[in-house]
Amino acid sequence: MKIGVLALQGDFDAHRRRLEELGAEVVLVRKPEQFDEIDGLVIPGGESTTFLKLLGQDTFQKLSDFVHTKPTFGTCAGAIMLAKEVENPHQPGLNAIDITIRRNAYGRQIDSTIVEAATTLGGDPLEMVFIRAPRIERVGEGVEVLAKHGDDPVLVRKGSVMAATFHPELSNDRRVHQEFLKLVENGRK
Amino acid sequence: MSENNGNNTSLRLKTGLAEMLKGGVIMDVMSVEQALVAEKSGATAVMALERVPAIIRAEGGVSRMANPKLIRQIMAAVSIPVMAKCRIGHFAEAQILQELGVDYIDESEVLTPADEEHHVDKHAFKTPFVCGARNLGEALRRIAEGAALIRTKGEAGTGDVIHAVKHMRQIVKEIHQLTVMNEQELFAAAKNHQAPYDLVRMVAKAGKLPVPNFSAGGIATPADASMMMQLGAEAVFVGSGIFMKGGATPLDLSLKAEREEAESRARAIVIATTHYDDPKVLAEVSEQMTGAMKGLAVGAIAEKDLLQTRGW
Repeated sequence: MKIGVLALQGDFDAHRRRLEELGAEVVLVRKPEQFDEIDGLVIPGGESTTFLKLLGQDTFQKLSDFVHTKPTFGTCAGAIMLAKEVENPHQPGLNAIDITIRRNAYGRQIDSTIVEAATTLGGDPLEMVFIRAPRIERVGEGVEVLAKHGDDPVLVRKGSVMAATFHPELSNDRRVHQEFLKLVENGRK
Repeated sequence: MSENNGNNTSLRLKTGLAEMLKGGVIMDVMSVEQALVAEKSGATAVMALERVPAIIRAEGGVSRMANPKLIRQIMAAVSIPVMAKCRIGHFAEAQILQELGVDYIDESEVLTPADEEHHVDKHAFKTPFVCGARNLGEALRRIAEGAALIRTKGEAGTGDVIHAVKHMRQIVKEIHQLTVMNEQELFAAAKNHQAPYDLVRMVAKAGKLPVPNFSAGGIATPADASMMMQLGAEAVFVGSGIFMKGGATPLDLSLKAEREEAESRARAIVIATTHYDDPKVLAEVSEQMTGAMKGLAVGAIAEKDLLQTRGW
């Protein structure tokens, strides 16, 4: 199983380490042709405005085709990229999952936090590292909420697309990445 | 125990933001207009300043924290993280910056130091700090004080990359040396580096610093950014290289040609930092760049005028 991690900018290396720990073969994706060799894709945390700038037309098209047909998981800025609608400010999204997401909705770095909350993934509460996190303000029909923090959905899934507003790659808890690898294995959708 | 956990949580959040900045370019800006150009060009963060190092170098005088009004305006204008600098040891400036809500504080040798002996106790802050270093010992002393991100000092405001290279090579070499030492040698190494033994041992085991390691100080072209990334930097700071012409004169963003020049420099360095190991892309973006800051060779600067020797 080959998993691509979009490596234009951000904490792609933290995702690479976690996926390799779990036995996946990882490709750092920077070029359009690399999408052809992977079975699933992770879009990491970082700055979504920087991702959009660096994508360029060819890579954006390839990425868009990929996320609509193959398993994809986005964390933080990655979740922003995958959303149908992005606010604060408004910016283009890949429309891979029907959610509305608001950038920097919890405040600045000083408001970043680590919490534990229940998850439908099973087992103990999940540790969640929020860094200048976005907030999912609306989930569309058929979008499954796998975890909430307070009233806010923070881990969602529909079909073969998963999105988290926190950073499971910065936690020792491996369950979220395991869940994504299962998704890739099952080749759902 | 609970206090330990508290510190651990705090450090994870602080280094966590640095993780998000990896592979990116943090740009010095002196106005809202410059901040918007930086964001539009793909900067991962901006450093809000009243004078970039090239101007400080040309004009002299005491350099202090930027006016909070300017910092607030820049924070309101862009959606990316905003950093700001405090003077070395000036914990009151740092308190003010934390109160403003800046996302990172750079305790920087570029400003005039405020304490001849002490750096800021960075553990006392919730806002993360980045600090400059010329060698491993300096990096570990800053980390011991609570820095969550290290950058090479280089020689700021020159557009000459030579000392950013020197400092990165020095840090990487000293890390390599630790990895092959035995226990007794590590005790001696801690003494020689004037750094806490626990941190020295941690670096010896991991083969890297316990916090991210970026580069700053003289990066002015896509090739400079690529070189620093290839030498081991995980992201780059570009100070005077984007918005300065020569001496103390910035590009005039109200003029179309000069605005385009700033944008072309910013964009080229952003792309070069991502594709740092792809000479084909580097050639393309270097070609598209319409100019570079005139710069000042570090070798021509008198020892007493170097900024990098500030900090202890």
